[in-house]
Amino acid sequence: MNFPSNDTIVALATAQGPGAIAVIRLSGPKAISLTNQVFKGKNLEKQASHTLHFGTIRDGERLIDEVLVSLFVAPHSYTKENVVEISCHGSEYIVAEIIKLFLRKGTRLAEAGEFTKRAFLNGQMDLAQAEAVADLIASNSRMSHEVAMNQMRGGFSAEIKNLRTQLVHFASMIELELDFAEEDVEFADRTALKTLIYRIQELLRHLLQSFELGNVLKNGVPTVIVGKPNAGKSTLLNILLNEEKAIVSDIPGTTRDFIEDEVSIEGIRFRFIDTAGLRETEDKVEALGVERTRQKVAEAALVIYLFDINTTSPEELKAEVEDLKTVGKPILLVANKLDAGQDQLKKFAGMENLVGISASQKLHIPKLKNAIVSQVKTANLQDRSQTIVTSLRHVASLEKTYKALEDVLLGIGQGISSEMVASDIRRALHALGEITGEITTDDLLENIFSKFCIGK
Amino acid sequence: MFTEYDIIVVGAGHAGCEAAHAAATMGSKVLLVTMNMNTIAQMSCNPAMGGVAKGQIVREVDALGGMSGIITDKSMIQFRMLNLSKGPAMWSPRAQSDRMRFSEEWRTALENNLNIDFWQDMVSEVIVENGRVCGVKTSMGIEIRAKAVILTNGTFLNGIIHIGEKQLGGGRAAERSAKGITEQLVSLGFESGRMKTGTPPRVDGRSLDYSKMEEQFGDAEPSKFSYTDTEPLNKQRSCYITYTNSEVHEILKTGFEKSPMFQGRIQGLGPRYCPSIEDKINRFADKDRHQLFIEPEGWSTVEIYVNGFSSSLPEDVQFKALRKVAGFENAKMFRPGYAIEYDFFPPTQLNHTLETKLVENLYFAGQINGTTGYEEAACQGLMAAINAHQKINEKEAIVLNRSEAYIGVLIDDLVTKGTDEPYRMFTSRAEHRILLRQDNADVRLTKKGYDLGLADASRLEKVAIKIKETSEIATYLRKKSMEPAEVNTVLLALESAPISEKAKAANLLKRPNIEIEHLAKADAELAKFLEQYGKESIEQASIEIKYESYIEKENQHADRMKELENYVIKERLDYTKMPALSHEARQKLLKINPETIGQASRISGVSPADISVLMVYLGK
Repeated sequence: MNFPSNDTIVALATAQGPGAIAVIRLSGPKAISLTNQVFKGKNLEKQASHTLHFGTIRDGERLIDEVLVSLFVAPHSYTKENVVEISCHGSEYIVAEIIKLFLRKGTRLAEAGEFTKRAFLNGQMDLAQAEAVADLIASNSRMSHEVAMNQMRGGFSAEIKNLRTQLVHFASMIELELDFAEEDVEFADRTALKTLIYRIQELLRHLLQSFELGNVLKNGVPTVIVGKPNAGKSTLLNILLNEEKAIVSDIPGTTRDFIEDEVSIEGIRFRFIDTAGLRETEDKVEALGVERTRQKVAEAALVIYLFDINTTSPEELKAEVEDLKTVGKPILLVANKLDAGQDQLKKFAGMENLVGISASQKLHIPKLKNAIVSQVKTANLQDRSQTIVTSLRHVASLEKTYKALEDVLLGIGQGISSEMVASDIRRALHALGEITGEITTDDLLENIFSKFCIGK
Repeated sequence: MFTEYDIIVVGAGHAGCEAAHAAATMGSKVLLVTMNMNTIAQMSCNPAMGGVAKGQIVREVDALGGMSGIITDKSMIQFRMLNLSKGPAMWSPRAQSDRMRFSEEWRTALENNLNIDFWQDMVSEVIVENGRVCGVKTSMGIEIRAKAVILTNGTFLNGIIHIGEKQLGGGRAAERSAKGITEQLVSLGFESGRMKTGTPPRVDGRSLDYSKMEEQFGDAEPSKFSYTDTEPLNKQRSCYITYTNSEVHEILKTGFEKSPMFQGRIQGLGPRYCPSIEDKINRFADKDRHQLFIEPEGWSTVEIYVNGFSSSLPEDVQFKALRKVAGFENAKMFRPGYAIEYDFFPPTQLNHTLETKLVENLYFAGQINGTTGYEEAACQGLMAAINAHQKINEKEAIVLNRSEAYIGVLIDDLVTKGTDEPYRMFTSRAEHRILLRQDNADVRLTKKGYDLGLADASRLEKVAIKIKETSEIATYLRKKSMEPAEVNTVLLALESAPISEKAKAANLLKRPNIEIEHLAKADAELAKFLEQYGKESIEQASIEIKYESYIEKENQHADRMKELENYVIKERLDYTKMPALSHEARQKLLKINPETIGQASRISGVSPADISVLMVYLGK
């Protein structure tokens, strides 16, 4: 437990969900110095309290985001500790990357209500507020370990339980040979123990990867651009990519294969997939392309339906949209060739998620980008809203477990005595316990007594 | 007939003897009441002191100024340092004792203390006035008054001995049980429970064939328990190892239908780590043999303790089965093993000082608190006496914390978590195991014992020298450069990588299989330097350097934990008025009434979120 507030905590301060800006808050003695380590801009440690600084957050050489940093030097802050607020782009991916970076630097994810608690404990609030704070903590943490486990997706919960069992078994084996050296029991040989750790580590790696916050987000949001031939898909793609990659021609159906490319908009990586049109065709090659387009739509996270505003009737559009909706993906409607001004859009009044652009004349492109980004935020953040912090917490715990197991292996490799190895195992158990609930000495002894005949 | 005493100690086992001695040494006038003056400091179970974790406790008792270490040194017949193949935190002293000498040495030690009076009688009641204890009433009807009372009743409270279908009232073989105290304490509001433990048969050493067993020798260079100038052994007796077999198991099974345990006549819960032989056979049916340690009970007696054969089966079944053990073909039994059930008081009813929460100045120590083991009992007796003495003299309470001593771990576990089965210490119970070593108990505790008036000046002086020497040696080793030419031969011989340029002695010492003696062999100057220092100081410095990184990690962890201990919960909190706490946490907190946030955090069922809530309520 880390309740004495001599450590530095971090958490997302703004509400989760769509928003242009997210604020990440740090509080604690090292809030400013740690931020300074990853911030490229002014030396934050030399700046006055209540100042605002523009710069970039970098993980080594890698740029994560452009940010604004607000400094509050102790005791002139909400918690009366050093506080830094980082305003970054409101992308789940960026927020996660920045928080993870701070976790690696040695900060800890704030417990539920911990900023408020610190504010209270440091005398920023009066005693009458204690009740409210206590309630806040209690309600936020009702998501106990069991509940948290249940909320996890896929087989994670089962795997983590399996991991716990294996680790408890491993720890018991070590404790057995420490406390019961005089007993007539066979101890696991070191090779077997190492094999077990490798297995556990493999599982951990697997979990960490599968848990990498939104693989989708990390690898880019697959976005399919669909539309009739010659609706201007390739032109649009080229604008978004700022380079000529797709073949652009005036002959309908020239885009036969899929062209993918990545572009970062407001920090979110998009993988745009240009497709052949959806037109019924007798050309076999093209027919194949149409079928593949349908596949790509099924795999996409976002569908952009592009149409020529001049040749598309509202009825036709509605029919197309109904057709696409069956796949169950968020759809953004983009009216191209809006050369005659916004009034042209009026005939589509009542259609949702509609943006008008002119690809060839590069008109209203920023508006389109905004629309694309907000589609993703809405879509992704809604079904993942709670898990962003929970999962980060889990990632942090799993990483700590992994690290402690590295030390265990190191110890075994050096032939160091088992009680030292055991102390690293305990760290591993403790870290894992942050997800599964605490693993106590009693658990280990219970395991020993149930499995081995101990005692004279 | 009696004037008022400062402290009355009820019971003269390991807890009672340490308690009487400690209180008297600190200056209290003590009355030791025992049912039988001839059975002071009995080793009711096996004739041995120490072992893994327990040996460390004896060292701690000694470091504080207790007597168990000295008595053990004076009465041992064999000494072994267990776990030497592991790291220093696991090294555990264990002695085979001469049972009768052990008892005699204790009695002599107590008789030599003029602050101790003795009275043979059975205490049937404690006298409580206004919520405070002020004496005891005995079965003879005598009232003796005192400012504080320490109960160390062992297995005597309503003790019932089981041998097969026979049930005998008694606290130990051939000794009657104690009546009255449980009932009175329950009427005062205490909760009592029932526990069970057992002991194996004793046999005639003259009837055993040792040629069929493995001999287990004492250490070639025996160490000892006490930090004082007691003598190590110059001759020792061996123990022997033999095994049960399937024939033995089959015979034992014939007695299962008369087993008081399997037939449910025994209600109390026994220790899982000290099962009876029938329990082992029953639970681990696939194991075709179990190890037995054949332990002599003294220098001159032929009585033998059959360690590992604890049983409450009918005596004839025990006898027949024993005779099928290799080396026991002609064995004669002195007395059968038995199980004993007795009353205990769940220790969550105590403060960390071992004073009861219900009755002021009343202290419990030993098996009455649900523990098992001489060592566990002795250290509780010591701590209860220290705190009783402090309390009646209006001095501060002495509570050892978990990173300071196994004693601290033991008492904190007892009062915080309670126990369902007889509680025995294991090193794994101590989260700061690496810090709680047998080699540094004096460094950890002697100053405390001295400040209390328990450890004498000569002990303190010895520790001061050890600390000074250790620091000098460590400083030297960190500065001292070793040349490749001089040290590589030694390194290669030990299969350790040779060095290509100068290296600090301390860094070489950190290699797993390199010891300070190896380095001394390679460097005459180092050897010469070390000559001026004591063995213990050299060992201490060497451990400090060798395990520096682990010790450092443990210290950091311990410091973090200590911060939670610093959040003292001063007044009694009304947990029922804290709706934000989980239901379970509220119940547990009400019951345990923790003294610090740290203690609260160790109560099972109290989650980190509950602790956060608690801290908010506490304000700071």
